Amino acid sequence: MKKKSVKNDNSTVNSLLVRRPIQRWFPLFILPTFLCFIIGFIWPFAQGIYLSFCTFNTPKDATWVGVQNYVKAVTDPGFTNAFWNTAKFAVVSIILINVLAFSIAYALTQKMRGANLFRTVFFMPNLIGGVVLGYIWSMIFDAILKQYNTYLTANAKYGFWGLVILVAWQQIGYMMIIYIAGLQAVPGDMLEAAKIDGANGWQTLFRVIIPNVMPSITICTFLTLTNSFKLFDQNMALTGGAPEIMAQGAKIKMTELLALNIYSTYNINKNWHGVAQAKAVVFFILVAVLAIAQQAATRSKEVQQ
Amino acid sequence: MKTKERYSAGSTVLSCFFVLLCAVWIVPIFEVIINSFKSNNFVNLDAFALPNAESFVGWDNYVKGMTFGNYPFLKSVSYSFIITVLSVFLILLFTSMSAWYIARVNNRFSKGFYYLCLFSMIVPFQMVMFTLSFTADQLKLNTPFTIPVVYLGFGAGLAIFMFVGFIKGLPLEIEEAAAIDGCSPVQTFFLVVLPMLKPTLISVGILQTMWIWNDYLLPYLVLDRTKYMTIPIHVQYLKGSYGTVDLGATMAVIMMSIIPIIIVYMFCQKHIIKGVAAGAVKG
Repeated sequence: MKKKSVKNDNSTVNSLLVRRPIQRWFPLFILPTFLCFIIGFIWPFAQGIYLSFCTFNTPKDATWVGVQNYVKAVTDPGFTNAFWNTAKFAVVSIILINVLAFSIAYALTQKMRGANLFRTVFFMPNLIGGVVLGYIWSMIFDAILKQYNTYLTANAKYGFWGLVILVAWQQIGYMMIIYIAGLQAVPGDMLEAAKIDGANGWQTLFRVIIPNVMPSITICTFLTLTNSFKLFDQNMALTGGAPEIMAQGAKIKMTELLALNIYSTYNINKNWHGVAQAKAVVFFILVAVLAIAQQAATRSKEVQQ
Repeated sequence: MKTKERYSAGSTVLSCFFVLLCAVWIVPIFEVIINSFKSNNFVNLDAFALPNAESFVGWDNYVKGMTFGNYPFLKSVSYSFIITVLSVFLILLFTSMSAWYIARVNNRFSKGFYYLCLFSMIVPFQMVMFTLSFTADQLKLNTPFTIPVVYLGFGAGLAIFMFVGFIKGLPLEIEEAAAIDGCSPVQTFFLVVLPMLKPTLISVGILQTMWIWNDYLLPYLVLDRTKYMTIPIHVQYLKGSYGTVDLGATMAVIMMSIIPIIIVYMFCQKHIIKGVAAGAVKG
């Protein structure tokens, strides 16, 4: 409360001394970013929504067709398959990455020799791009599977779990860094109090530490959720969606996730450009709803300090 | 955690376990290194075998990788470098300026712009990619020297969000003092505010560099592909365009694309890890 009243006081002075002169410099401070923001985001976004109701080759020859694209999009077996793949992938990777990242972070914040070195190693895969990672791992998985006389794209299961392993390897280090920051912020006197009150290790972990790192858990589940829904590079480079099967009169790429499906739909032919854009809109709404719901769900569990 | 001053026996066991885990963790990188020195047949035969007298080809794969796919690898490296440096510079400069305006001028435009930025952070790239590539094509943003405009536009959301969060916590008195002393807003920003933004400049810079350097789809769709490739596009092109891929040479190319990252990481490790942690806590 105190902080708020100070802020209000400031803002009255603010308008006289700081605000007015800045406003006069609007063209310099705001316009470059705002114009680029229009070019890079607002205009493509608006045009994207419009074109999802059209058939088009380029935006200039767009003809309005109504919701036809959306009907085609949601009834496309490739799209529904990609949706279930993505959902399964998201659930598995969120649990796996967060549990492992938290455990590693917890261990590394105990007094331990070489903790900094370990942290450096675990974080490293994050710096390598998704396309490169995909090729590195496809070579490794093929080499392993070769010993069983098979290969990565022979079975959708291999591709799926391969992608899980790849993404876990890449992202555990990132989430670990966030959990370490959260764990280091747990007040020491609270841990001391738990110890004096006779709490054992598990009780301290579940009753004291985890409630206190809830903000980090919110962030990490949010990041792993949106990352797995938006995953594209790794999926494309590792399996490219292979193997492919024919079902219900359409080709279905068995290990394709949503983002890759949208991209490949666009490349089928120009009659499918509008459908690809409609899929993208559905995809956007899905990601937005999930992100907001997740924030609401975990924020409510955070401890007030 | 401060109570234990010495390492306990349990912690030594844990350390040993982590040494093993780290060894497993770097296996993929190790694989790339050993296979980049083997000839293609031997990579296909057994990727896990160490190079021996028969399979070792020295630097041949690296020499081959330099011109592999009829496109000089160093050209891709330099385009990646130009795009990343220009884009990150533009993003840091312009979004910090805009963020200061948004944080200090509390009008409808500021609020609207700020909420649009937050909104843009949850929009997946697939939503805008087709239309963005048309727009960029029409505005001639399809070269490495103009694509930073696109990156500034699409990356503005996160950067502005982080800068505004930081600037709102800065004491206004300093800027007021500068104004009283006769600084114009431009002077106040560049001489007073910008130096205080240093920690956030580093975080934003690192997050954006990691994104832009490794980005595949945006440059692939936007750039004029016949003339310009970046490292990820180059790697994808090598793998995608040939029926039978020379795995040894591909691994050499991958190695050459990883080495600069690892060198930078070794020198700026502390900043990178801190930057990521700070960036995420605000996100």
